[in-house]
Amino acid sequence: MAERAQPLSARPGWSAAALVAALIFGALLAVALRAETGRGFTAADWAALRFTLVQATLSALFSVLLAVPVARALARRRFRGRSLLIALLGAPFILPVIVAVLGLIEVFGRGGWVSAALGTLGLPPVQIYGLHGVVLAHVFFNLPLATRLVLQGWQEIPAERFRLATLLGIDGWSMFRVIELPMLLRLIPGAFTVIFAICLTSFAVALTLGGGPRATTIELAIYQAFRFDFDLGRAALLSAVQLGLTVLAGGIALWLARGEGFGSGLDRGLSRFDGKTTTARWVDALFICVAAVFLLVPLMAIALSGLPGFADMPGQVWTAALTSLWVAALSTVLLLCMALPMAATIATERGRMVEIAGLLGLAASPLVIGTGLFIAIRPYANPQAFALPVTALVNAITVLPFALRILVPRARDIVARQGRLGLSLGMAGLPFLRHVLLPRLRPQIGFAAGLAAALSMGDLGVITLFADPDVATLPLQIYRLMGSYQMEAAAAASFLLLILSFGVFWLLDRGGHRHAET
Amino acid sequence: MKHLVFTAGFLTAATSAMAQESDQTPELTVYTYDSFVAEWGPGPQIEKAFEATCNCDLTLVGVEDGAALLARVRLEGQNTDADIVLGLDTNLVAAAKETGLFAEHGQSPKLDLPITWEDPVFLPYDWGHFAFVHNKTLEAPSNFKALADSDTSIVIQDPRSSTPGLGLLMWVKTAYGDEAPAIWEGLSDNIVTVTKGWTEAYGLFLEGEADMVLSYTTSPAYHLIAEEDDTKTAATFDEGHYMQVEVAGKLASTDQPELADQFLAFMLTQDFQSVIPTTNWMYPAVELDDGLPDGFETLVQPEKSLLLSAEEAAAARDAALDEWLNALSR
Repeated sequence: MAERAQPLSARPGWSAAALVAALIFGALLAVALRAETGRGFTAADWAALRFTLVQATLSALFSVLLAVPVARALARRRFRGRSLLIALLGAPFILPVIVAVLGLIEVFGRGGWVSAALGTLGLPPVQIYGLHGVVLAHVFFNLPLATRLVLQGWQEIPAERFRLATLLGIDGWSMFRVIELPMLLRLIPGAFTVIFAICLTSFAVALTLGGGPRATTIELAIYQAFRFDFDLGRAALLSAVQLGLTVLAGGIALWLARGEGFGSGLDRGLSRFDGKTTTARWVDALFICVAAVFLLVPLMAIALSGLPGFADMPGQVWTAALTSLWVAALSTVLLLCMALPMAATIATERGRMVEIAGLLGLAASPLVIGTGLFIAIRPYANPQAFALPVTALVNAITVLPFALRILVPRARDIVARQGRLGLSLGMAGLPFLRHVLLPRLRPQIGFAAGLAAALSMGDLGVITLFADPDVATLPLQIYRLMGSYQMEAAAAASFLLLILSFGVFWLLDRGGHRHAET
Repeated sequence: MKHLVFTAGFLTAATSAMAQESDQTPELTVYTYDSFVAEWGPGPQIEKAFEATCNCDLTLVGVEDGAALLARVRLEGQNTDADIVLGLDTNLVAAAKETGLFAEHGQSPKLDLPITWEDPVFLPYDWGHFAFVHNKTLEAPSNFKALADSDTSIVIQDPRSSTPGLGLLMWVKTAYGDEAPAIWEGLSDNIVTVTKGWTEAYGLFLEGEADMVLSYTTSPAYHLIAEEDDTKTAATFDEGHYMQVEVAGKLASTDQPELADQFLAFMLTQDFQSVIPTTNWMYPAVELDDGLPDGFETLVQPEKSLLLSAEEAAAARDAALDEWLNALSR
């Protein structure tokens, strides 16, 4: 690509990407260098690889396929509580695995509500354990994210396009084909890849709902190598395979997602003139209801089981909640420091590698990254002292791919629309950032920050490796409660986590949206 | 990187010099598993009791579970901060000894276990029998064969990621030897699912996903004593129950050898042991002066205790795992 003048420097973005890559590969290398034995890739690993790919592909496919009609319906309809619903739909994504799984089980399990309802009709209970159970859980986790990503695509279509199309008498299927389909084709590969990559590293969900050792994922194989065999070489090798898969998927997605955007509009509020027929209304209503029921009922189950113990939660739960809020805040700041420069660099079309570096955070096994950082920090300091900052940093890197998916398309449009104008006015660098890019990116920044904070609240990855008995995040405290049979207190703490995660997400997301419509 | 090392070293020296002003007491660091250090676990009470006698500062560090604990110590090697590791079980002991990181305890306490204990490196601090816990309303099968023939559903843990899972693997292997693969095949349609660890499995059981869950004979005591709920019990299997004996050992690299010995001796006193039954929900390793807490008399008592020695367990492990995987991956 020929270099031409750009309103923004690429250097900060490259630096952030290099930092992310160095952290992940450095941690991997630290583990590999400590390796003593090595068993290489076994037949069982091939089976694990196959299962991992199959479940991740299916999970990503269903999440995205379902997200399209749901997002379309949400983009076309305006109703009371719409923004609350959109925010609430984000909640499953941020729960710790065990909480979400127990919530799902309460609804779809053998002893769950659906089975009970079927029982009264004389039907057998639903069978949730198996590949379909894994996919169900992953869709539950990821449909909200997919919906938000796709919904953004609709939001980025300039309102003038729809107005023009309506004036020209284009409606229904033609409207979809002319305006919406090209947007989807550009957007879906990225959304698919992000969700595919999240599902690649799943293991507690896959094992618990997969029904047994058939549902072994690469991540479980990493666990086994590390915990059962203490074969660090193998753990590093498997982790590298996982990274390789993500980079490959990311490369393919970026290649598929080439194509032109929509050009400029006048940042006018979106209003749709199509989809006013009764059928369209019913179809939209149906999709919104199905998604809402599917996502909200398990959350309700979590709330219901948490309520009884809510009043007398042990004091440590509240301390842990404060710790989690602190980690979430730090993580959000770190995320924005990395994601904004990277998004700016990618937006100026000089950042394919930056984009891929951003994806790495998803595919890196938390166990291996945590262990690597542990090995790296130990000679210089007591890793426990770094438990919280390291947790925040790793969380930020994990959220980076989502943040980039959220920020990049909009940033790209802004640079394409306003960049040349900015340059002609002699506005580049910081002034462009301050007066053009950041204000227009505000909704996306709010959304990304909300996700970062919420995900960080719910994450139980690295903290377990560094934990100090006096410092626990809320998810760790939930595990400790459950591990000591305190199920009622654990349920209450889970509900608290749900409220807090949702709360921080809502605050940040709203904060970015004071004038926008998403 | 030299200057970084220097700075870090300098800072550490400076802070420890400052710390020394106020803090002359020696520090003993014990690595253990996470639920041990939790507020409702044994940790806090034990820390208080030991600090009252030792004129020292006891630091408990919680690591996920037994297997993670061993991985952590192996990772840190000679440079570990730990003086004591508390929370391995007999299935992990051979691997722990192989690291050469542990020193002999040199003690000969009077223990109260269903088996004789002669290990020169590790000392037990509590024990329990693995068992399938269920609601009293269930007609529970009385051995693995009957379980396999019944349609009783169970939740178990994966041996690759949890110590109870590994315990069950050893249980079936010890009870059935070469017949173990056939037993697993028979059980495969009873297993609702396999989880990462005890927490997930017990949670599923309480949600009503299975009739029974792999846990301990002592689990019903928690429900009875802490929740006044007497609906849970454990199934007695006539082929015997595999034991989990939890142990602690002293690291050879410790800079507080006397204090470490003192802790190991303390571990088998009444002050430590009397805390175990109602916080760790396991049996104490020595006889308690006041007997077991009320409620423990209601627990089922297996007639036969099964346990492989550390060496036998290590030797059987990989083959048993392969059998398990093969039988359940069909």
